[in-house]
Amino acid sequence: MPIVKIDGVEMEVPAGITVLQACELAGIEIPRFCYHERLSIAGNCRMCLVEIKPGPPKPQASCALPVADKQEIFTQTPMVQKARKGVMEFLLINHPLDCPICDQGGECDLQDQAMGYGFDRSRFHENKRAVPDKELGPLVKTSMNRCIHCTRCIRFATEVAGVEELGATGRGESMEVTTYVEHALSTELAGNLVDLCPVGALTSKPYAFEARSWELSKTESVDVMDALGSNIRIDTRGAQVMRVLPRLNDEVNEEWISDKTRHAIDGLRHQRLDRPYVRRSGKLVEATWDEAFGAIEAKLKGLDGAKVAAIVGDQCDAESMVALKDLMAALGSPNVDCRQDGAKLEAGARGGYIFNAGVHGIDSADAILLIGSDPRRESPVLNARLRKRHLSGHCVIATIGPVADLTYPAERLGAGPASLRDLADGKLGFFEKLKTAKHPLIVVGMGALARADGGAVLALARELAEKVNAVRADWNGFAILHTAAARVAGLDLGLVPGEGGRDVEGILDSCEKREIELVYLLAADEIDTTRLGKAFVIYQGHHGDAGAHRADVILPGAAYTEKPGIYVNTEGRVQVGQRAGYPPGEARQDWAVLRALSERLGKTLPYDTLEQVRARLVEVNSSFALLDRQAAGTWGQFGKRGAVSDSPFVSPIANFYMTCPISRASQTMAECTASRRQLMAAE
Amino acid sequence: MAMITADPKDVPNVEHFAFTPDYLAKAKALMANYPPGRQASAVIGVLDLAQRQQGWLPRVAMDEVAKLLDMAPIRVYEIATFYTMFQLKPRGKYLLQVCTTTPCWLRGSEAVMKACQHAADGETFSVQEVECLGGCVNAPVVQINDDFYEDLDEASINKVLDAFRRGETPKPGPQIDRQTSAPVGGATTLRSE
Repeated sequence: MPIVKIDGVEMEVPAGITVLQACELAGIEIPRFCYHERLSIAGNCRMCLVEIKPGPPKPQASCALPVADKQEIFTQTPMVQKARKGVMEFLLINHPLDCPICDQGGECDLQDQAMGYGFDRSRFHENKRAVPDKELGPLVKTSMNRCIHCTRCIRFATEVAGVEELGATGRGESMEVTTYVEHALSTELAGNLVDLCPVGALTSKPYAFEARSWELSKTESVDVMDALGSNIRIDTRGAQVMRVLPRLNDEVNEEWISDKTRHAIDGLRHQRLDRPYVRRSGKLVEATWDEAFGAIEAKLKGLDGAKVAAIVGDQCDAESMVALKDLMAALGSPNVDCRQDGAKLEAGARGGYIFNAGVHGIDSADAILLIGSDPRRESPVLNARLRKRHLSGHCVIATIGPVADLTYPAERLGAGPASLRDLADGKLGFFEKLKTAKHPLIVVGMGALARADGGAVLALARELAEKVNAVRADWNGFAILHTAAARVAGLDLGLVPGEGGRDVEGILDSCEKREIELVYLLAADEIDTTRLGKAFVIYQGHHGDAGAHRADVILPGAAYTEKPGIYVNTEGRVQVGQRAGYPPGEARQDWAVLRALSERLGKTLPYDTLEQVRARLVEVNSSFALLDRQAAGTWGQFGKRGAVSDSPFVSPIANFYMTCPISRASQTMAECTASRRQLMAAE
Repeated sequence: MAMITADPKDVPNVEHFAFTPDYLAKAKALMANYPPGRQASAVIGVLDLAQRQQGWLPRVAMDEVAKLLDMAPIRVYEIATFYTMFQLKPRGKYLLQVCTTTPCWLRGSEAVMKACQHAADGETFSVQEVECLGGCVNAPVVQINDDFYEDLDEASINKVLDAFRRGETPKPGPQIDRQTSAPVGGATTLRSE
């Protein structure tokens, strides 16, 4: 490894890194605009200049210069200072002095670095250039006069998002960052452009002029919009969530989040359930907690446990799910299900329902098969990871399922279970590729499992994984890609029908047949509520969506930003989200609502504090004790061998932007939906 | 304060562009110069062919080039807007590129420029001010489509332009009695046998 001397201190650094990275290792911060560790190197902002010996007697751009043995690097010499000041002066020549009205103000790289390298007055007496603003869709607001041409946005769109739509036209003073043909960017990751922009040229449109960064309180949390469990930071002002930003986690979301994660939050302000409601003579009327609990107590009196059922929604925290499980057990009901979409997953062997390889495992996979999944819609950030794997080369990707533009080439082996059967029997050429691969990865989506023959498809996928030796001691390439943030925790906790119990389909059937008389919906909105028949429906949740409309009693709960909660992502990684604010009005944390209800029903749940609930989680499944890490999944004989139908796999997500009560209530997501529709129509 | 924009808005709408078999063959020949998968390297040449066929480069032509070379359209727009030789607006039949850099200017390019501007009607002639064309020895120089007309003054450029108007193609090169860039009035050295 080369030995270099940085500002007089000798150190050994890994070979092949750049001078800028070596300086970072030495703890020296090099100012930069265009360099970004997750993008290719452009070397065009010239802010990272350092002095190098041996070398030409002029400053060098450290971001694009590889370290060499016996190199001497100087980062603080007068020559370096003068050079950086010169670069800064050139950058500021055309940069408007509108920081007071710029949304980037307070968190702007240019502003910060101008404090260190800026000149206190301008020597430029010409006019600044003026550039027309661009239309980049409903999420990204542009102010192109501020652009310093670092090209980070262009590289992000091209490399990470996989949509080659942004570019730099013209040259010299006429250079512009643009799509050229004014249209919204067709990516689900557009919000990240705003984070990447080191100046205020690209800012968040929904957040425009809403708040200043220093007046927000920051809370670390976990996203529930998809099953990836992206690490997020929730910025709030008072009770209102102002914005959501990504947190760095290389094993999960790197530093990207999807547009839904970032921008669905305005849905938290609309259609909220802020007090209990009880249906009286066909109409929902406001009630007190006491009245609401009274109505439930009256209905439950003398009701056999078998006539009670519970369905768990897709965004519930583990605490509320375990409380519901315990309550249903106390009521003697075996009819509990957390698989709203009817996915034929089993609560048994953990390896059968998690993304065993881990999201970071994608980086080492060399043959990838997607079964019944469109990851671009189901988890755009995970899809970006797949694209990254494709770009790094020596990886073959194939799909069985819907035709989709995944942003990377994938061989389509077929549409449905028949092709999977052929593949598992070794009749397709891709079988050999999987078999000879060192790290084969088989991703099974909900499109393949949430159907009548889902169990047989699951068994088939397991058979394939075992045949190609994807499940070994050192590598488990069998991966379930969930669409619901609550699903893995639900299965971990065993929220599936007990002995003689009914699943979601069975519950709805029985409701129609009046065999089940009371249904408890824990934030479950993605079911066909018309099939609930004459059953007495209790809806506990945070939004007035499908479930609440059908409910006979509404118990207002908290959204994910308003309660501390444990979520288990598709990898089986247990993550804790902190509370960023309080639920509106009389709404309460969900586990506490269930605890209070249990007391009223005379079946008091044995926990009074959050710590006790969490202790109960660990008691039910010890994997909850492992925070932020992925507990290995046990392997088993999951799936049900059987006949498969001919119908093709269909991705469960038709519209990426609206998949949950929060995103359906969001104005921004509605705009995104309209914009995407327009874009599709234009093509 | 000039508004900067690479994308001209006031251009006529061209609905359709397709290479003629002739030009397509030339484009394919250019693409064959590069290894398979690297056909995008031919982009400048293919754009030039499109411009020669159409006279200028409407967006549909750039899209067609992108399709032919399997590139993202934006990558083609970037190149077409970078090089001033690509005409993003319709131009006259003859493009007069008048050099006004110092040597030509010292030798009277202002008068030549004035004459060209006077002639420019947008149909037969369009005029463009360009930086050094590299013909300083024969200054002032005007490039008319692919040819250089050199050693010009007001009278001789008008003569050249008149000839073009009549549909003739005047002889390119020096417009005075001079062999290419040899000394004016004949050789000054090596005159003896």
